[in-house]
Amino acid sequence: MSRGDPNVRPLKGPFGGLIPVLRKEAIHLRRDPMALFFAVFVPVIQLFLLGYAINTNVRDVRTVVYDAVKDQDSQRLLDRFENSNDFKIVSFVDSDAELNSAIIKGTARVGIKIPPDYSRNLLSGETAQVLVLVDGSDSMVSGETSNVANAIAFQESLDRLLGASESRGSLPVEVRRKILFNPDSRSPNFFIPGLIVVLLQMMTVMLTAFAIVRERERGTLEQLFMTPVRPLGLMVGKIVPYACVGFGELVFVIAIMRFVFAVPINGSVLLLLAMTIPFIVTMLGVGLLISTRANSQQEAIQLAFGTLMPSIFLSGYIFPIDSMPAAFQWMSRIIPATYLIEISRGIILRGAGFFDLWKQGLILSIMGIVLTLVSAMRFRRQVG
Amino acid sequence: MSVISTDQLTIRFGQFTAVDRVSLAVEQGEIFGFLGPNGSGKTTLIKALCGLLKPSMGSGKVLGYDCATQTASIREHVGYMSQKFSLYGDLTVEENINFYAGVYGLKGDYLHRRRREIIEMTRLGTYLERRADRLSGGWKQRLALACAFIHEPKLLFLDEPTAGIDPVARRELWDLLFHLSALGVTFFVTTHYMDEAERCGRVGYIYLSRLIAYGTPDELKKIPNVSPFGTRRVEITVDNTSAAMGRLNDRNYVRSATIFGDSIRLLIDEKISDQQIIDDLAKDGFGGAEVRHISPSLEDVFVSLTQEAAAARNTKV
Repeated sequence: MSRGDPNVRPLKGPFGGLIPVLRKEAIHLRRDPMALFFAVFVPVIQLFLLGYAINTNVRDVRTVVYDAVKDQDSQRLLDRFENSNDFKIVSFVDSDAELNSAIIKGTARVGIKIPPDYSRNLLSGETAQVLVLVDGSDSMVSGETSNVANAIAFQESLDRLLGASESRGSLPVEVRRKILFNPDSRSPNFFIPGLIVVLLQMMTVMLTAFAIVRERERGTLEQLFMTPVRPLGLMVGKIVPYACVGFGELVFVIAIMRFVFAVPINGSVLLLLAMTIPFIVTMLGVGLLISTRANSQQEAIQLAFGTLMPSIFLSGYIFPIDSMPAAFQWMSRIIPATYLIEISRGIILRGAGFFDLWKQGLILSIMGIVLTLVSAMRFRRQVG
Repeated sequence: MSVISTDQLTIRFGQFTAVDRVSLAVEQGEIFGFLGPNGSGKTTLIKALCGLLKPSMGSGKVLGYDCATQTASIREHVGYMSQKFSLYGDLTVEENINFYAGVYGLKGDYLHRRRREIIEMTRLGTYLERRADRLSGGWKQRLALACAFIHEPKLLFLDEPTAGIDPVARRELWDLLFHLSALGVTFFVTTHYMDEAERCGRVGYIYLSRLIAYGTPDELKKIPNVSPFGTRRVEITVDNTSAAMGRLNDRNYVRSATIFGDSIRLLIDEKISDQQIIDDLAKDGFGGAEVRHISPSLEDVFVSLTQEAAAARNTKV
């Protein structure tokens, strides 16, 4: 069993061992249907759940009415409420107590009381009062309904002051707003471009962290360190398959956004995909960093969620960054997801191009390079 | 040239010294047994020899390469098989072998020849398509050996290779080791089994990070401290061993007594003859005893050396 003239090509360069590790990792992915399921379907399911559930558009708010007058004037006002589309009258009651209890029970969010002196006051030229009770437990609903109620009262007052009937009334000033880029103010248009980023982060971070932590748990990492495989070869070989899965997932989710949720993509999909790459690299770096700290898969999950939380709440995905306290605004600037969400909304909703977004792309690229280098160094130190 | 030679090799982790001034040499074709309680520094020394840990002090050479500087060359030329079954359970036997062949950079004809040889040697041929986690313990260890040996290393580190596998598989694995060592492969084996230690060419015993015994099993058994001056060891075969041992313990010439199967092993004063023991036993009602002179077992050696080292440490503190 002499070595003879061995046909060995020693692993050269810092990426030694890349190809066999890649090949092995691809087999793992294929053999572990749960991981693949986790990787591919769970984000899609989440997309559907969140895509349908998150709807901030206020419409058809359940409204209960106590009309103590029941004449032409009161009916005219109620018609205005109903025609606004914001209110949907679900029941009529005959006392203040019933009005209150309907809101407390939650059968209605808004109560409108037209007092007995409404028409009389109108006729005598005094201010006629209408009471609108708003359930404040949902700030989105209460804010929107108060605004609309005010606008309705204002419109009704003007009409009466000018003595104009609805058909030919013309007001001196009218604000006509035009909402750019998301004309219907549809929630999915706003949320899904951000959701894509959050899902992508969750998946890539977890998969990379798992891939290495699992190997550590098994004891095979120790075995690999004893072979000529170079740390970079091992690292890149383990990461690339998951980066590919992440990228495929991204394409899939964008397709669902476009064709199932009918969110129009105003910019270039290719630009969006290209600008996602530095983000994926950053997230792989985060996953790797987690894997150098976590000794078990549970620990890895906890750490991954630890990074996910700020990315959800401080990235502008849910809450606008501009209305955050200064300290949080500063924090949101160091969260990679912030930049990709800006890019994603920019391209999808506003049709922004490379020259509008190159800064975000540059920042993400720098983050990606720094994070990968730091985690690679930590990883290499663990190898010994 | 020794395959492994270390000189005052020391590994420290902060304040803790995991390997303390270890000097040893392992020759080509030798099976070197490395023993010691858990946590005494066995695995740390192996990692240092493979170049995973830099010596804090002293030096080591493996296959002529320096442990501190030529680590890449060392890793290319040695094999390592760990105490746990550390292959990929979801990969088949063949995929595991192919992976390690790839990791060691095997190519072309050489790859095919080595794969054929290694499968023949370990007789894994019928299991190639089976997933590694569905193999029994003994076969898993064969696969681990196949993977560690695929690149034809001249030196193999086996870290507790037989922990938790059945006696038959254990015997077969050792037969394989002897076969390979006859072909010139050197083995550095850690184990807790005394019978395995007895089969090694030389053994080292590490305790509290220090190598406290080093030599052939026979040499170790002759260490003076193991059988204190003026004592000898005998084995007595007699009926009703436990009652007999109770009586023997009362004799003031008996330093220690242990039951070993259906016999009793004694450490006695040297001047006491075999006949006197037989007579004394007969007086106590245990007739027909047989006395044989025995040398200490390796277990005796390690137990007494450990006690001695622990005592020395306590007096020092």
